[in-house]
This record gives sequence, structure tokens and C-alpha cells, in this order.
Amino acid sequence: MIEEQTIITVMPETLVAETRKMRDQGYRLVQICVTRLGEELQLDYSFDLNRKFINFRFMQPKIGARVPSVSGIYWCAFTYENEISDLFGVQVDGNALDFKGNFYKTAMKHPFIQDAAPAPAAAPAKGGQ
Amino acid sequence: MGSRTIIPFGPQHPVLPEPIHIDLIVEDEKVVEAVPSIGFIHRGLEKLVEKKDYIEYVYVAERICGICSFIHGQTYCQGVEEIMKIEIPTRAKYLRTIWGELSRIHSHLLWLGLMADAFGFESLFMHSWRVREQVLDLIEATTGGRVIFGSCKVGGTRRDIPPEQMSWLLARLETVEKEMQLIVDIFMNDNSVKHRLCGVGVISKEDAIVLGAVGPTLRGSGVADDMRLLKYAAFGDLDFQPISKTDGDSYSRCAVRCSELFQSVDLIRQAAAKMPEGEIAVKVTGNPDGEFFSRVEQPRGEVVYYIKGNGTKNLTRFRARTPTFANVPPLVKMLAGCELADVPVLVLTIDPCISCTER
Amino acid sequence: MAFFQMKKMILAWTFRTPVTTKYPFEPRKICPGSRGRLDIKISDCIFCTLCAKRCPTQALNVDRVNKKWHIDRLRCISCNCCVEVCPKKCLHLTGDHGIPTVTKDWETF
Repeated sequence: MIEEQTIITVMPETLVAETRKMRDQGYRLVQICVTRLGEELQLDYSFDLNRKFINFRFMQPKIGARVPSVSGIYWCAFTYENEISDLFGVQVDGNALDFKGNFYKTAMKHPFIQDAAPAPAAAPAKGGQ
Repeated sequence: MGSRTIIPFGPQHPVLPEPIHIDLIVEDEKVVEAVPSIGFIHRGLEKLVEKKDYIEYVYVAERICGICSFIHGQTYCQGVEEIMKIEIPTRAKYLRTIWGELSRIHSHLLWLGLMADAFGFESLFMHSWRVREQVLDLIEATTGGRVIFGSCKVGGTRRDIPPEQMSWLLARLETVEKEMQLIVDIFMNDNSVKHRLCGVGVISKEDAIVLGAVGPTLRGSGVADDMRLLKYAAFGDLDFQPISKTDGDSYSRCAVRCSELFQSVDLIRQAAAKMPEGEIAVKVTGNPDGEFFSRVEQPRGEVVYYIKGNGTKNLTRFRARTPTFANVPPLVKMLAGCELADVPVLVLTIDPCISCTER
Repeated sequence: MAFFQMKKMILAWTFRTPVTTKYPFEPRKICPGSRGRLDIKISDCIFCTLCAKRCPTQALNVDRVNKKWHIDRLRCISCNCCVEVCPKKCLHLTGDHGIPTVTKDWETF
């Protein structure tokens, strides 16, 4: 085991207050990550202080997810929040630098919550013809 | 009171190694604000986990970036090994450390060349890359590829470095070290270089932490944080202390990277002396079920991989938060208030690797 | 205040031969062990299709019935997986890079 990683479940309502406590203790924001698990989204907010790793986790529905912004506390969160709203369709309230869907230029909106196209039938089956 | 103009910087610009677009709001040669815009090289690599199984995905993970390619592969393999509770042989850990440090040397030499190019010093750029060619020869001889190493796999490494090749590598490394010293002398002591780097793009220690800076950008501002202190791979047995400088300007970031060059050579020597005999890989059976945040120090900073498996051969989620992504907010802060001619120097001082940022 | 630190480098390199090679007039020095183009000794091949199954980019196609082995050169990433898994050791990676090609077709052996 390389390191112990603590995962704490929070509620979206207490997220901003808990993040402020992290900032006051000197933690730095490592990343904000969204994982699609079926019809739900799992959000992870990770913090680090001298290699001590703490992770806040909560769930949101796939369509209509809404979270408050932490960019008032950690200004660097604007990049992560733009990314999650562009790729996963999560609505973030109060982002300090909101690109309104134009951060990533993709061919389709919210690509990561679309279902993958079925795998192409063995393409090189008749190679050499 | 000057009037404001918007000057687009990138995605095509002679100084940028990869495409990034920044809108500079300029008032009479002074940049007032900068608005970044990425997405020119987004390949959706994170969605490929749905198609490729976890053993084949190493090849995709390595190709996220050309400069930091080996360490991407290593972070991925390390993450999957932690989830599956696989213990790789000690010799494989040492081999990964040696290749990782060679990768760091070649990446920093590349950066030194690009930095010299950013302030117009083309002959120094060519000399840095000439020294880098020798490091790439070492890498090609030991792994088979100059840029994409292809030597990491889940369970260990695919190739070994036999003892005669190891002693040849150490002998060549001595020549490389002498040539690197000549180049670093110019960067650190020449007056014209100092004129362009000192006092440019200052970030204070508190700002660096709140803005989420990582790697040499963080260490140049006085915070001695380095993921190699987590003691992954063979770093638990090696003598290593992170290097940091306190001024917080471009010159101190350059100094951190130059000192890290020599530190990496020293780490390779230590690892080569202590490397034990033995196997280089273990057999891997089963599928990953669980999650882990794999954190490794890339040349540009801390990379975090979130890997989640659910017992099938395709992973559920693979999320790479690369160091340049975390360094974009400090860049935006640095650009506000700088001179227009300093913009290329500032963009390069965070060591941008945009293919990593956008996967 | 050090001016013109570059003078040492310039003096050292004024009289040395350049490190660049005049490729393609001079041949490129090939490093042993470098992973380049895939080659097969078709007389040894038993058409077991293990290489095609292991290929991460599906660049290989083995026809057991007609005893033919096809490779899509542009898909091959020279990763060495097929060489490692071949039971008859009839595959190997030559050190040199492939010939430039402009069309995506299958090469048949």
C-alpha cells in the first residue's frame, strides 16, 4: 500500500463549509472528478497537505445534477468546474470564471454521459481482399 | 488612459510546443487580463476505457503525451496494481525508477531548449536539444523506443537492463552530465538570460497553494512538496530531498528544473548501485475491482489518476488530472499585469504540455 | 554580472564536426534492440492466430483456412506483444523504420 487515502461522504449543502475548513488548515485542492455509475454521478473533491490525502464524495443524478461552486475559496477550481459542466452536464452555481459550455469544443454536448456506440463488428475480418 | 485591444495568442505560435489559445486583453503593451481556451487536441482518451481492456489500456495511457509518456504508463500500472493488490518484484521497481528519472532528464532538457527559444536565444535551444539527443539514445538502447518507451506493463516491466548495458549507460551519463553543466551555467549566470527571467511572473507562497500550482511552479515559490516523497517504486530506498527556491519568479522555477537535472542523474546512479537481481514481472490474473487515486511526480508536477474497476475486464472510470491542467490558473494569474513581450516566457515557465491537459 | 557566457560553448564547437548526419545521403545509424518494423518468417508460421488476438490495435489478421497472414502497417505500433506471444518465434521487429506508404491497405504474406 503506497499511501492511506481517506474518503469522506459529504452532503452537497455542507460542501462549501467543509471546503473552507480545508483551506483554513492549509490543504491544497488536488482535483475535482466526476464518475458515471449507471444513472448516477459520483463527485469527488480531493485535497492534499504534505502528502496526506483526503477526498470528499457525494452522489448526484445523471440528468439535472447541480452543485455549488468552490471557486470563491479555491480560485483554481474554475477549470475543473468548467470541465465537469462541459463533459458531464453538471450545473455549477457561482463559478468565478464561467465559460458557459465553451471550455471544451466537442462534437456533441456532454459526451461522457452519452452511451457508447456499439463496438464495430470485427472490421479486419476480411483483410487482404 | 489607453484603449484596450484583444490579441489572440495561439493556437498557432512559434513558441508553443502544443496548441493552446489565450485571449490577451492589452492596454498599451501591458496585459490587463488573460482568458485561456483549450480543446484543440481533446481526443477523449478517458472514454476509451469502455473499449479497451485494462491490460491493453497501458498503450493508450502511454500515448496521452509524448514528453511525459513513461510516467503516464507507470502511474497507470501502479494504480491498477494497487487495486488488484499485486506486489511487483523489487527489480521492476528499480527499473521503473531509472527509466522515470531518464524521462525527467530528457523532459527538462527539452524545456530548457524551449525556454531559450522563447526569449530568442536559438543557439542555446539547439545545444540543449543536442544534449537531449544523447539521452534519447540511452533510452532507445534500453527500451527500444525514443519517445514512447513501451516498457511498463501491469505486473512489472517488459524489458530488463543487463549489467553490461547498465555500466555503458552510466558511462554515457557522465559525458551527458558534463555537457549539461555547460548549458546550465549559461542559464543561471548569463546576464541577458537573467534580464528576461528575474522578476517575471512572481507568485507568492500563499498564492501558489490556493491557486493549486504543482511541480516546479510550486517548488519555485518556496513549498518543498514532491510526490516522490510518497516512496512509490524504489524511492523508499533512495536518498532524496525535494529542491525548492523561495523567490517565486521565472528564474527560480528555471533554477529548480536545472538542479533537478543533476538530482536525477544522482538518483539513477544510486538506483543502479542498489538494484537487486531477480524477476522483472509477475503474472496477472483476474480483473480489477475497487478504486485508487494513483499519484506520481511527473517532470511537470503531480499527476493524479483516479482508476475504478468493477470486476470486469474494462475499467469503469479512468480520470487523469495532469499537472499542466492544475498549472493553468497560476498562468492566468501571472499573465495579468505583465508586459506583452513577456507572454511567451510566462506561458513556457509553467512547462505547458497541452496534450496531457486535454487528453 | 557575467556577459556572453556562451563564448565557451561557441569556441568549443567552432572546430568540431557537426553532430547532424546528412540523411538520406548517409545511412541512419540503427540502434540494436530498437523497435521498428514487424517482419515474419512465413514458412515457420502455424497460423495459430495468437498474435492477432493479442494485438492491441487489431493490426494483424490471420486466415487459418487459406493460410494467409495480413498486417495493416499503419495500425501497427511496434509494441512487441505479438513477438512475445508467438509459439514458433517466427515474428521479429527489425531495427529500421517502415517504408513510407500513402494508402491504408493490408500487406499479405
